[in-house]
Amino acid sequence: MAIMHKLKVAVIDYEMGNLFSVVRACEYAGLSAVVTSDKSVIMASDAVILPGVGAFGDAMHNLRKLDMELPIKEFIETGKPFMGICLGMQLLMTESEEFGNHKGLNIIEGRVIKFSAENGGGKRGKIPQVGWNRILFPVRASENFWLNSPLQGIRSGEFMYFVHSYYPVPSAEDAVLSTTEYEGTQFCSSILRRNIFAAQYHPEKSASEGIRIYKNWASIIGRQIEERNGKKA
Amino acid sequence: MSKNIRIIPRLDIKGPNLVKGIHMEGLRVMGKPEQFARYYYETGADELLYMDIVASLYGRNSLHDIIAKTAREIFIPLTVGGGLRTLDDIRDALRAGADKVSLNTAAIGNPQLIREASRKFGSSTILISIEAIKQPDGRYLAYTDNGREHTGIEVLEWALRVEELGAGEIMLTSIDREGTGTGYDTELTKMVSGSVSIPVIACGGAGNISHIGQVISEGKADAIALASVLHYDFIKNNEVEIDAANEGNIEFLKSGRGFLKVEPANLSEVKNYLYAKGVQCRCNGTAEILSGHNA
Repeated sequence: MAIMHKLKVAVIDYEMGNLFSVVRACEYAGLSAVVTSDKSVIMASDAVILPGVGAFGDAMHNLRKLDMELPIKEFIETGKPFMGICLGMQLLMTESEEFGNHKGLNIIEGRVIKFSAENGGGKRGKIPQVGWNRILFPVRASENFWLNSPLQGIRSGEFMYFVHSYYPVPSAEDAVLSTTEYEGTQFCSSILRRNIFAAQYHPEKSASEGIRIYKNWASIIGRQIEERNGKKA
Repeated sequence: MSKNIRIIPRLDIKGPNLVKGIHMEGLRVMGKPEQFARYYYETGADELLYMDIVASLYGRNSLHDIIAKTAREIFIPLTVGGGLRTLDDIRDALRAGADKVSLNTAAIGNPQLIREASRKFGSSTILISIEAIKQPDGRYLAYTDNGREHTGIEVLEWALRVEELGAGEIMLTSIDREGTGTGYDTELTKMVSGSVSIPVIACGGAGNISHIGQVISEGKADAIALASVLHYDFIKNNEVEIDAANEGNIEFLKSGRGFLKVEPANLSEVKNYLYAKGVQCRCNGTAEILSGHNA
């Protein structure tokens, strides 16, 4: 059965950075995106994106100020697709060492740590990482590792656009969907955990392969709704 | 793996037109910016840079329409600069579709704007453009308004200051070399890039592909901005749309001439050259490269 209405995505607005490119990428992928910090809009959406650029501590402060912590957790518990991007990925973790220690949303167990200023050769590396870098299969992953995930159809070694000084270290190794290497450090660049997909890079700024992630994610949302409707009928 | 060098086409905008000058003066109309932007996106540009180069002079910003059209279909980072003076100006540019903004004149006049803007929009959104002119005594001084206004501020001192104030990146333009096709100022680039930990985009002077290799290997640039080399290649190989209502100097476009000092190249040629020199960059045909080099 075809879905008659456009799939609705809530892009959470918590006053951290520029959300417009996320909205445009959603629209390009056929999703109807609304920027909001209204709990009822979030809960009524088919999927939710937590974007974000800026400092971890400020971001958590704003999420609490806007009473967003609980709605995010409640939405994730519904099992509907949830995407965290960049800082929005890091906020899902237990804690971050950014400017002292900060508690995160603790939805995915793990820490957020900073790139070491010293790289392998003893030279000083540039931090933040700003630019394109490869996302790779984790070690020991099979050729089909990204099948049915938002990374389906993307080649291991494809370039995505990154802007960050910190990266997540999930406690569960099987949460790691892709890894990336920067200045001698191998880090987790995407996470897949139940209904949560999270990326340290910006798919909405990563050209056609980044847009493919949004399109894959839109298909995942659509399939889930069809399944749910199927069960009801 | 070390970092990947970004290649950023720079589009100078005047009114509705893409223009190119020499030392930012004597502007020639090249065509419609959207047409160039689309082509650069499709051929592997890592980011795009739009500069409204007369905005500071007239205190206007006419870029919003062009930004909005571009942002709807182009999904790589888009930096916009020229005439942005306040937090509201920055917000409007971001709302129109920019991912980052470039500040120069306003930041030098009020350095606290850098701190406020990076707090509000995130450091990675704030790029500081430094326009440098080498003095007879060898010092580099920062200028504003496309190299017209002297500030008396030393470039290196200013670069360190903007990093401390929260800037995410520095675009470093040599006004001496800008538009001349005689090569980047590698000495200037190295001085700044070696002293700050934020990325430095080298700008001004590229006349051929080897100049690009040089400013990366010797100048330690983290990214490079390219205008003439790409624009003249585009004009040579594409039908350029010219508006009937075009304002400005279009004589050279009609004459079909190129620019003698510049050897045009497209983005693939630039990236293949860099790749062959061992410079890491994002290339088209990733998988082929991977299988060949076992990265």
